[in-house]
Amino acid sequence: MENGKYGVFGGQYVPETLMTAVHEVEAAYEKYKADPQFQAELDDLMKNYAGRPSLLYYAEKMTKDLGGAKIYLKREDLNHTGSHKINNVLGQALLAKKMGKTRLIAETGAGQHGVATATAAALMGMECEVFMGKEDTDRQALNVYRMELLGAKVHPVTSGTQTLKDAVNETMREWSRRVDDTLYVLGSVMGPHPFPMMVRDFQKIIGKEIKEQLKQREGRLPDAVLACVGGGSNAMGAFYEFIPDKSVALIGCEAAGLGVDTEKHAATIAKGTEGIFHGMKSLFCQNKDGQIAPVYSLSAGLDYPGIGPEHANLAKTGRASYVPVTDEEAVSAFEYLSRVEGIIPALESAHAVAHARKIAPTMQKDQIVVVNLSGRGDKDVAAIARYRGVELYE
Amino acid sequence: MNNQKHERIARAFAHGKAFIPFITGGDPSLEVTKELLIAMEAAGADLVEIGLPFSDPIAEGEVIQEATYRALTAGCTTDKLFDMVKEARKTVQIPLVFLTYLNSVFSYGKEAFMKRCVECGVDGLIVPDLPYEEKGEIRDVCREYGIAIISLIAPTSKERIMAIAQEAEGFIYVVSSLGVTGVRQEITTNVAEMTKMVRQATDVPCAIGFGISRPEQAAQMARASDGAIVGSAIVRMVGEHGAACIPLVTEYVKKMKAAVMTAVE
Repeated sequence: MENGKYGVFGGQYVPETLMTAVHEVEAAYEKYKADPQFQAELDDLMKNYAGRPSLLYYAEKMTKDLGGAKIYLKREDLNHTGSHKINNVLGQALLAKKMGKTRLIAETGAGQHGVATATAAALMGMECEVFMGKEDTDRQALNVYRMELLGAKVHPVTSGTQTLKDAVNETMREWSRRVDDTLYVLGSVMGPHPFPMMVRDFQKIIGKEIKEQLKQREGRLPDAVLACVGGGSNAMGAFYEFIPDKSVALIGCEAAGLGVDTEKHAATIAKGTEGIFHGMKSLFCQNKDGQIAPVYSLSAGLDYPGIGPEHANLAKTGRASYVPVTDEEAVSAFEYLSRVEGIIPALESAHAVAHARKIAPTMQKDQIVVVNLSGRGDKDVAAIARYRGVELYE
Repeated sequence: MNNQKHERIARAFAHGKAFIPFITGGDPSLEVTKELLIAMEAAGADLVEIGLPFSDPIAEGEVIQEATYRALTAGCTTDKLFDMVKEARKTVQIPLVFLTYLNSVFSYGKEAFMKRCVECGVDGLIVPDLPYEEKGEIRDVCREYGIAIISLIAPTSKERIMAIAQEAEGFIYVVSSLGVTGVRQEITTNVAEMTKMVRQATDVPCAIGFGISRPEQAAQMARASDGAIVGSAIVRMVGEHGAACIPLVTEYVKKMKAAVMTAVE
């Protein structure tokens, strides 16, 4: 039985005002995760609404081009709403409904989690409010409109660095104002217990499917599973099933922004230190006084100064490794996958593709790398164009 | 209880209802914070809460968020704040507690932080993101150095109140309203009910905070408890008037102290 700790990490460090709410979610989740009726409803939503299972696609051209390990792409980008975020959101929205909640609130960085939450709220007839850093509402304007189209109210957050961490702050504040009818649908494997565990449970279907699909195709386990890491939900979902399989290398790809030797990055494992923030003990980018650092990544979804506590523990115990990937490498991988495979990945996911380009050529041809393609890149096209100097606005 | 260990805090509640102002350390400068401590003591403050500025204060409303930002921008650090308190302690006699987020303590080093508290005359800590269940994070080290952990009780605490109150030390911070800090027109929570439950479990005094700005509100809250805590209303004055805020804050504290003194249960 887990108590919300992953080694020394995890916990429930939230204001007293929220403790009852957090315990209520914990109790409800413990009850419903063992409830066959709940699981059947969730399975039905996953299959008939989200479009699961997602494909495991053999990237033959990429494999040939790189000349090393076979590369498979787990196509979470093909899910309804265009990313893995829907897996978690359907789980939490269904739980909220069972708990009698009528209102969902959420933070969002790139907008993928906000869109997924707005979608689930529309489907289940719930109110939805999304908090998004002002800077992110500018760089992901299309997703703001998309959420509004789905009936959600979007609040641009103007405090602090105006990005994902500030959106989390503001959503926590809002939850403490109104807990009775509201569930905070946290978007990643972070925050106070039970969120890191619950979100991982709702996302672990990714790794489970990878294992089954690859067994059918290749009759064996992969040699490496790669995923990008911001808070870490798609990575945790892809890794979890393989944790006991020690032969499988688990590699998280962090946003190194302009480089880990500059101040402009969001590489928490590479550069962060232990701390307590956003309800959890984990690793954070911070200064010596514990002030949370203003992190940077071109990708709004990875622009977060912390990481989920289970990742911090996987890093500490050495079961998973984490590598930094720069903006430039990610953008180049974004363009590469578009050209070579005809798949435009989310800029976040492109960080994992970038690392696959580095390691696949160094591996044997009978080895297998699975890249979790956590989301699709339509939302990033204009930002990439601007990065390349094309004056394109949505 | 541990009252005997926290004598200075106990004294704040020994002469009738207490008035407890909050200011953000280092806003607009550490020098002004020091002058405010001295002026507020003279004006009748019984205990002062000093906010140790943290980049992401999730329990605070806009007024204190902005003050935090001003303090950090002006260069306030944990060490500088400790140094200022040490200076102020040359004259200030009333109890002083830090309102600090856990990460500030954790990153400074828990033991080093408590040592500095003792050295500089900080009597207790209010840690908004340290709920009862996680108190073990700093309980032992606080006991070792005699630093009180001030517990918070919220309108949502309900059956948790007993457990929290039984372990409480120094005083109990009763949060009057849901949400974050900030001035409120009306406080609708049944705070008397909350303090009644607290008193069944402990004789540690309790003071009510969140949303209080006017003398009549303070008196009303003091009637239901042992004192009233006011933050945002004062921090707003500091924000608006900068270094010139001292006479205004002094007058305000006098007025509020007089109001709580009129409160009879």
